[in-house]
Amino acid sequence: MLSLNKKDFGLLLVVAILTLAAPIILNPFPANSGMAQFNAGYPDLMQRFVIFGIFAIGFNILFGLTGYLSFGHAAFLGVGSYSAVWMMKLLSMNVIPAILLSVIVAGLFSVVIGYVSLRRSGIYFSILTLAFAQMSFNLAYSVLTPITNGETGLQISLSDPRILDGANAPSYPNLFGAQMNSAATVELGNWIFTFSVGYYLCAVIMLAAFYISIRVFRSPFGMMLRAVKSNQQRMNYTGLNTKPYTLAAFVISGMYAGLAGGLLASMDPLAGAERMQWTASGEVVLMTILGGAGTLLGPVLGAGFIKYFENIFSKINDNVLHGWFSFMPDGFEDFLVTVIHPFVGKGWNLTLGLLFMLVVIFLPGGLVEGGQRFGRVFRRKDRNAGSVEADAAKQRNQTAAE
Amino acid sequence: MDAILLQLLNGLDKGSAYALIALGLTLIFGTLGVVNFAHGALFMIGAFCAVTLSKIFTLSHKATEPSGTDFLGNPKFDDVLYVKDWFGETVGAWLLDWSVPLAILFAIPIMLAIGFVMERGLIKHFYKRPHADQILVTFGLAIVLQEVIKYFYGANPIPTAAPEAFRGSFDFGILLGFDPNAIIYPYWRLIYFAFSALIIGGVFAFLQFTTFGMVVRAGMADRETVGLLGINIDKRFTIMFGIAAAVAGLAGVMYAPINSPNYHMGMDFLVLSFVVVVVGGMGSLPGAVLAGFLLGILESFASMNEVKDILPGIDQIIIYVVAIIILLTRPRGLMGRKGVMEE
Repeated sequence: MLSLNKKDFGLLLVVAILTLAAPIILNPFPANSGMAQFNAGYPDLMQRFVIFGIFAIGFNILFGLTGYLSFGHAAFLGVGSYSAVWMMKLLSMNVIPAILLSVIVAGLFSVVIGYVSLRRSGIYFSILTLAFAQMSFNLAYSVLTPITNGETGLQISLSDPRILDGANAPSYPNLFGAQMNSAATVELGNWIFTFSVGYYLCAVIMLAAFYISIRVFRSPFGMMLRAVKSNQQRMNYTGLNTKPYTLAAFVISGMYAGLAGGLLASMDPLAGAERMQWTASGEVVLMTILGGAGTLLGPVLGAGFIKYFENIFSKINDNVLHGWFSFMPDGFEDFLVTVIHPFVGKGWNLTLGLLFMLVVIFLPGGLVEGGQRFGRVFRRKDRNAGSVEADAAKQRNQTAAE
Repeated sequence: MDAILLQLLNGLDKGSAYALIALGLTLIFGTLGVVNFAHGALFMIGAFCAVTLSKIFTLSHKATEPSGTDFLGNPKFDDVLYVKDWFGETVGAWLLDWSVPLAILFAIPIMLAIGFVMERGLIKHFYKRPHADQILVTFGLAIVLQEVIKYFYGANPIPTAAPEAFRGSFDFGILLGFDPNAIIYPYWRLIYFAFSALIIGGVFAFLQFTTFGMVVRAGMADRETVGLLGINIDKRFTIMFGIAAAVAGLAGVMYAPINSPNYHMGMDFLVLSFVVVVVGGMGSLPGAVLAGFLLGILESFASMNEVKDILPGIDQIIIYVVAIIILLTRPRGLMGRKGVMEE
């Protein structure tokens, strides 16, 4: 279906169901219980899940398939945000032109940067992309202040022209009148579910992005990109020019980043230069690796994982910890709180760094590989079973693989 | 003329820091073939060694003041520094004043130890993994180190003073026959430049004139053959990693009075140092030093008002522009050798 094979369609379906039901799934705890702080089902956070999911899916098309490690993708995100906000200032508060322009501008920008950077590979490519991104960041802060509004960040204001909007058009980003920050709230007993317009717009766009990424992965073009990763020299010797393929991958991933930037600006019409800093580029690298580079689901998982823990972990303070361990003897409780304290709250980055190191050392394939290994533990029984049972297991696994 | 000289001098101290960090990065890359993204964090730890020593010297305890009581009749208390208790008034004051230069002695064993532990504990397992994995794991380590420092020292910059004797400025103008006050340059920056020149010279002399250095250079050229000759090259490379960490650490110690250390100073320097290494040519020690000074000086020239009037914003991007031009026109950097980091 949708020109996907059964397995991929199943994956897309699962992702679609999970994404569309996220406001319910991510709110498993009643609003007034002590566990409510682990709820992630509020629009602001869910929007970031899917937007950074899009960013990571795009980055994965470049890094996961071709192996080119870019340290400058945040520049495209930033450019996308700026162009979206400008579109909202000049043309209309409708998000469609804003998002379209952000994708187009980021695409053009990535054609230029990619054309130059892809002349080199390996660490030189990483440094070139890093240099371009830092240049954009520094310029956005200094000389380009008329366009970017410098440190304050680019904002919309009432005096903006907005030539397409009528006199009584909504003053907040909207999709044909439906404002991005409007939401329907459903209360079921103690559970409160928020269904926000902005989230569903982002979710639908992410599903489209995910679908395109599956198609890219399964296409001859995706195969060519994988060949570049495994042995580019051999590709060149067989007479193939790999540059157009890698450049196409770079531009596609740049457009994904621009799309994510445009969506960020549509959800909250503000664009600042710090979105382009190299630490922001590092973050998308972390997401992709943590989830599993080169896998379809990995980047989305990684983005969700990092954004969830970033929000939830940083909310845990000493009082919360004392609450958890209050059933223990006093001395032991204090000891546990002291031990855990550096890793939560403001120290969340320490946990992230440690986790990231552990993943790179022990699980180079990321969370997805972890899941596969976990699954294999249960399947291992098959091999030790009797011959008849083993044959049955083999058949079963074969049909499952198809 | 005097303005040009002033910018040249201004570029030297930043250039020295770039050159020292890039030298350490290149030592690690040239010997072990590892791209170390945690090198900026080592620089930062060095700076915090200076902070720690001056904190140790300012540890104090309360002592009753002999002069008597305050207006409520309670005895008065004074903060008395432990160093003054132990070493007497004058020596104690001197130690406190000279805490940054003294931190060099304090930092060397610490940085060597950190280097050894890092290499044996982590980097060793990444020799056979792709460069991307090395970059990623050391990037993770850099985040961890920086967060640990942030946990203990807080997020704010900690001002660390140079010794009293070097706090003033030196009037270069008079020396060279210009007007007084035309070229004024802080003493400490001169010392920083001299110090880094000393370290760079020391590293080169060590590699060039000692047997140990000879073996290391042989190992850099052909690791396998040196190993076959019955020399434990891995052990020497581990020591070189420790030395590279110490070089970065010392660069940090002496930089503390120039810029108050904060936990992310390492990351700020790391990006630029990598650009410096690549411009100089991966694996080339003289290239790293040359590119460090070159980019430092270019940066300070670009921040002159005359230049900024013609090309606004150039001071922000000059290093990256130069890096891009050099990488595209001289693929191996200024002094890179053939076959290094070329897939």
